[in-house]
Order: sequence, then structure tokens, then C-alpha cells
Amino acid sequence: MNWIFAFIQTLLFIVLAPLLVGWVKWWKCRLQNRKAPSLLQPYRDLLKLTHKQPVVSHTASWLFIATPYIVFSAMILAASVVPLISIDLPTAASADVIVLVGFFAIARFFQALAGMDVGTAFGGMGASREMTVSTLAEPAMLMAIFTLTMAASSTNLASAIGYVLDQGMVLRPSFVFALFAMILVAIAETGRIPVDNPATHLELTMIHEAMILEYSGRHLALIEWASAIKLMLYGVLISNIFFPWGIAVDFAPSALGTALLWLLLKLAVLAVFLAITETALAKMRLFRVQEFLSFAYLLGLLGLLSHIILEASR
Amino acid sequence: MELIKLDFYTQGVLSIAALIGLTSFLMLGQGRLLRLIFVFALQGLLLVLATALAGYSMENSHLYISAAITLVLKVFLIPWMLQKQVYKLNLHRDVETLKNSTAVMLGGATLVVFSYYVLHPVIQNSSVVLVNALAVGLSLVLLGMLLMISRHHAIAHVVGFMSIENGLFFAAIVSTRGMPMVVELGIAFDVLVAAILFGIFFLHISSSIDSLDVDQMNRLNEVDQ
Repeated sequence: MNWIFAFIQTLLFIVLAPLLVGWVKWWKCRLQNRKAPSLLQPYRDLLKLTHKQPVVSHTASWLFIATPYIVFSAMILAASVVPLISIDLPTAASADVIVLVGFFAIARFFQALAGMDVGTAFGGMGASREMTVSTLAEPAMLMAIFTLTMAASSTNLASAIGYVLDQGMVLRPSFVFALFAMILVAIAETGRIPVDNPATHLELTMIHEAMILEYSGRHLALIEWASAIKLMLYGVLISNIFFPWGIAVDFAPSALGTALLWLLLKLAVLAVFLAITETALAKMRLFRVQEFLSFAYLLGLLGLLSHIILEASR
Repeated sequence: MELIKLDFYTQGVLSIAALIGLTSFLMLGQGRLLRLIFVFALQGLLLVLATALAGYSMENSHLYISAAITLVLKVFLIPWMLQKQVYKLNLHRDVETLKNSTAVMLGGATLVVFSYYVLHPVIQNSSVVLVNALAVGLSLVLLGMLLMISRHHAIAHVVGFMSIENGLFFAAIVSTRGMPMVVELGIAFDVLVAAILFGIFFLHISSSIDSLDVDQMNRLNEVDQ
């Protein structure tokens, strides 16, 4: 029974992810005084791409074709670990948050390899930039997560969320820092403004898009879908760890229903914030990204320190 | 004591303590003088909030007076004076390039760990609830010194000096339920006088060596070499 729920929840992740992307796009368009596409446009794009014939370069090896499938399945596995609407998950019990970071790393590793595989200039450049950003973002993310796990004394996401839920309203200085560190890391990792621009194909500025420039057809659809799931994963992580109220602790239908409503509300609000920052900020120069991410690392470190200094029992 | 067993006000003061620590780090990483002064004023405002909350939770009404003095001096008067100096000396467009800013930041984090390590025995033997935040007070002092060491600009030095004073003030609040009023008034006026004197110094330094970069003072010599 539990496994069926875990399966349904993962499916929900996969199905809802393009909707979240569409929602962010809709808000961005409205904020920039443009006419917004329908919320279902990302689904239509994915459908269109799957009908097209993928074009693969002669020089590409098997790695290039295998990568979209590896990336997509890594994201599905990551989605199955993160509690979406209920924390009582068998999959969440089997893998902790460090495994989750590992899934992200696998996806990124293969994407970077595939970017370099074809041998075009853009692929290599995008891969090198993506790895630069992620080597700086990963420690910052782990710092933010360790702050949470030190408070909850567990690296398991479900039990950590359960702990925060149990304690009720407590003002935690360390969580404020961890939240901001996590937001900065999420922006960098999902390739949003000010680190990367998901809508650009300008040679000099693109990071993520440069790496996947050679993909077309259903391969591109899988990769786009995987990055939509990644955006949603970060959104769910932020909203469920730091604002877990409303999440279901058991499988009662009414609890699950309210949990789903709360989750959609939280994600919708978070996406509006994302759209506002993306509209208000300009993209950073590439060499300023390290300042941005070292600030995120500093925030994570301060969160850890303030947990030890201010919150730990003496 | 567990955080969850403390009352809401104490939790609030501890959270503000963490934010005050953050503002010190923001000052370390800020190259523009006007923004540096703004962050300093923000630190003062957080200090006012912490003092008022501590006064409320410890039912100590004279902490409100020191909060009011801090509000007037450190949030409005001193930042305003420094800002006026910056405009007068035409420095508001200067950006100081921070050398090895990452090393300075990591050094700052080390200082926080160090002050926690030093104060740990004190904290363990104290019965005051807020004394957990004492390490933040000491690290504010050390971070202010780090700010003074890592900068070349005289105005940044003064901001560092003032934030050292902020650290002492904060440490006094969290460890002693507030200093006696006489001492506090004395320190407040000392700081005010210091700010005015620094203003006069700025004018003299900039008129004699035509810059506020104190590194250039290394070249001043009594005898010709």
C-alpha cells in the first residue's frame, strides 16, 4: 500500500513539473507586460518535441544518446526520495538527503560528458561552466542541509521534516540562514537568473543551454522535462523543509487532499517570488557567480555555527 | 537549555543575534563606502530591536532607554555624519577593491568559531538565559578588528571601530541584564565624541595627503631615507 502511494507521489512530481515551469513563465510574461502563453504550453512543447525526429551528430558516441535517459531517470529517482505530500514514505526511508545530492551529481556528470562528447565548442564550454557552478554550489547546499540535519539529528528528509513539524513554531536563527543559502543554491543549480538565463541562446552567456545545444527531438524533451522536475524538486525541498505545515503524516485521504492543496499553494507562491526576482534582477557576469555562491556557502556555514552557538543545549 | 523550552522573546533575541553576526560579515564583503555605512546602520537597528526585546523579556525598563540612545546615535546620527563626510570628500563613487575577500570571509568564520571556543566555559557556568549569544558579541568585536585590518580606507576603519563598540554593547546586554545607566551614557557620549573627532581627522588626513587611504601614511617619515 505504502509503495503504491510512493509511486503515485513520484508520478505526481513528474506530471506537475511542467505546470510549475509554465506558471513561472506565465508570471514572468505578465510582469514584463507581455502576452503570456497558456499554462499548458510546456506540455505542448514536450509533446511536439517527442513527435520530432532526433538529429544526432555522426561523431556522437553511445553516451550522447544514453544521457537523456540517464538524466531523466536520475531525476525520477530523486523525486521518489523527496516527500511531496506525505512524509510516511518507504522510498524516503531508504535514501537520505546525501543520496539526493548524489542523484543530482550523477545527472550533471552525464550531462557534462554528453556536452563534450560531440566535440562542438559550445558543448565543452557549457559543460565547463556548469561544472564550475556546481562545484561551488554543492558544498553550499550540503552546508544548508547539514544545518537542518544537525537540528533534527537525522539526514533522512522524512524524519527531519517530521521533527520540524513536531516542534511547531520555533524561531530558529540557523534555519533562516539555511533557507537563504538554499534559495541561492537553488537559483544557481536550476540555472535561473541571475546565474544563468533559461530563455537565452546567446553564445556568451548561456551555461545550461550551451551544454544541451546539440540535443533535439525526444532527447531534448527528456532533458527539458528533467530540468523541470529539478526546479520542482528544489521548490518542494524549500517549501517542505522550511515551511512543512500542511504536509500529511499518514495516508488518510482528507489529510492527503489538504496536503496537496497546501503544497500547490506553497509552490505557487514560491514560483511568483522566482518570477519577480527574475524580472527585477539582471544576469550576473560569469566571474561574479563565485562571489554569489561563496555568499551562499557563508550563509550555510553561519547557519551551522549559529545552530551550535545559539541553539545547542549547554 | 533547549531552544524549544525558551520563551518566544528569547528565541527572538537569539535570532536577531544571528542576524547581527550576518551584518558584520556583510560589512566585511562590502567595497562601497555608502553601502558599508548603510549596513552599519542596519546593524545598529538590529541592536536596537535586540535591546528592546531583551528589555521586555527581562522586565528591565532601563534597557529601553539604552535602546533609544542606540537608535538615535547608531542608526541615525553617526551613519548620517559619516555619509555627509563621504559626500563632502567626494568619495561616494569610489569602490575599494577587496583583496583576497574569500580569505577574509573564511578568517571571519574562524574568528566566530574561536570566540565560541574561548567563551564556552563561561557560557556553561552562567545562569543567564541569553548568555548563549555572548559568543556573537565577542565575534562582533573580532570581526570589527578584522574589518579594520583588511581595509585601507579611513572611513571603513571608523565603521569597523564603531562595530567593535556595537559588539561590546551587545555582549553587555546578553551577559549582564544591561549595564548601569551611568556607564552606558558615558560610552554613548564617548562614541559620539569619537565620531565627531574622526570627522575632523578625515578632513586633516585628506587635506595633508590628499587621500583617505591610510596605506599612504607608511611613506611618511621623519628623516629622509
